[in-house]
Amino acid sequence: MMLAGKCAVVTGGASPRGIGWAIAMTFAEHGARVAILDLRGPEAAESAAAIGPMHRGFACDVRDPEACRTATAQAAAAFGGLDILVANAGVSEPRKLLDITQEGYDRVVDTSLRGALNMAQAVVPYLLDRGGGSIVAIGSVSGERGGGVMGGAHYSAAKGGVHSLVKAMAREFAAEGIRINAVAPGLIETDLIAGRLDAERRAAVIAATPMGRIGTPAEVAGACLFLTSDLAAYVHGVTLDVNGGLHIH
Amino acid sequence: MPGLLTGRVAIITGAASVRGIGWACGRLFAGEGATLALLDLDAGAAQAAADALGPGHRGLACDVRNAARCEAGVAQVLAEFGRLDILVNNAGVSQPHHLMDSTQDDYDLVFDSSVRGTYNMSRSVVPHFRRQRSGVIVCMGSVAAQRGGGILGGPHYAAAKGAVQAMAKAMARELGPDNVRVNALSPGLVETDLLLGKLTDDGRARAIANTPAGRLARPEDIAGACLFLASDLSSFVTGTVLDVNGGLHIH
Repeated sequence: MMLAGKCAVVTGGASPRGIGWAIAMTFAEHGARVAILDLRGPEAAESAAAIGPMHRGFACDVRDPEACRTATAQAAAAFGGLDILVANAGVSEPRKLLDITQEGYDRVVDTSLRGALNMAQAVVPYLLDRGGGSIVAIGSVSGERGGGVMGGAHYSAAKGGVHSLVKAMAREFAAEGIRINAVAPGLIETDLIAGRLDAERRAAVIAATPMGRIGTPAEVAGACLFLTSDLAAYVHGVTLDVNGGLHIH
Repeated sequence: MPGLLTGRVAIITGAASVRGIGWACGRLFAGEGATLALLDLDAGAAQAAADALGPGHRGLACDVRNAARCEAGVAQVLAEFGRLDILVNNAGVSQPHHLMDSTQDDYDLVFDSSVRGTYNMSRSVVPHFRRQRSGVIVCMGSVAAQRGGGILGGPHYAAAKGAVQAMAKAMARELGPDNVRVNALSPGLVETDLLLGKLTDDGRARAIANTPAGRLARPEDIAGACLFLASDLSSFVTGTVLDVNGGLHIH
C-alpha cells in the first residue's frame, strides 16, 4: 500500500483501456482515493464507481481553467483535501506537418500543455494546504525525440512543452514540499493507437524497441505510482522514460 | 498486499556499511520480501551487515575488481538460494582529488571498483538471467557523471560514473531481447560515510543551497528509486538513468 490515505486527481481517466484509468486503478489498489476527471462526466463517474465506492468522477475540460478549478474543488470537497495530481489528459493526431490544421493544433496543444498548466494551477493550492504533495504529468517519447512513434509535430511539441513545464514547476515548488515529475511513455497499447497504427508501423516500432514489445497502460501506471509515492522522496524534475529501451539517450 | 519483491533473490555489491546506499537498498528490499546476498570486500563485515537485515540473508566476500571472485560469488548465491533475480552494482570508491592530485593508483582504484566491477558482476549474472529469460540489473551512476563533478568526486570519479551509465545503457540495448532490464541511478550528494571528512561545512551549505529540495539525500532516498527499478513497477523501463538528486540537476 504505497499511497495509503492519499487523495489523487487523475485527468483523462474515463476510458477503461486508457493510461489514465490504469493509473486510477493502480493508485486505488495502493490505498488512494481517486477522482477521475474527464470531458465525459458520466463516463468518469462510471469508471470511478467501477474501481470502487470511495472513488469519484467529475466532468472537466482541462482546456478551461474555470472547469479545472471547479472539478478540483469538487474532488477536494469529496475527499477532504488532495495530495496528488496526475495530468494525463491528452489528444494525439497522427498528421504530417502540412496536414495539421489550426484547430488540430489548438486541440492537441491545449489539451496536453494548457491542460497540465490549468490543472497544476488548480491543484497546487490544495497541495500547499497539506504541506506538500506530488504532481506527475504524462509526456511522451515523442516530446523527447520529435515524434517517431505516432502523433504529428504538434503532438511532439505539446509533449515537449509538458516536459519543460514540469521541470520549471519542479524548481519552483520543491522548497514547498511538492515534487513534480513527468513520465515519457513509448508506444502503449491503448484505444489511442487501436485502428490508427498499421501492422507495418507497429512491427517497425517493436523492432526498434530492445524489449521487443509495446508497453501496457499498467506499466505507465507503475512509474506514476513510484513517482507519487515516498519511494521517490528525493526525485524532482525528472522525465522518466517508460519505453522498453526505444529511446535510450 | 504482497511485497514488491516477494520471493526474489538479490545481490547487492558494496553493501557492508550500514550507513551506506547498498545496505539501505538491502533493508528496503528485505522489507519487500526479497532475500539478500550482500557482497563486500570483507566476509565478516558483509555477513554482519546481512545479519542486521534479519535472518536468512547472506554476506559474502567479493572484490568486484576480480572477475573470478565475482563468478564464484554468484555461483555460491545460486547454490545457496537456488535462484537469482536482481543485481545491484553499487560497489564504488569516491575520491575528491583534483586532477593533478590524483595518482595512477587512484585512477585504477576508482575505475576498477566502479566500471570493471559493474562489468565483472554483470557478466557473472547474465548467463543465468538469459537462461531464465528474466532479470534486473541496477547500476550506480552519479550526478557527477552528468555535470562533470562539481560536488565531491574528482575528474576520475566523474569519468568512472559516466562509464557506468554508458555501460548500463549499452547492456540494456543488448539484453532487452532476453527480457533483462538494465538501468542506472544517478544520485546527488548522499549523507553516507563516504562524505565524512570530505565535505566542509561550507561545501555542504553550498550543495544544499543549489538543491531545490533543500537537503542532501539520505541513503533511503536512493534505495527507494532502486526498489522501483528492481521491481515489476518498472517492467517497461530499461536503459534509463534515473536522477535522484532533489532537483540539483534538472536537465
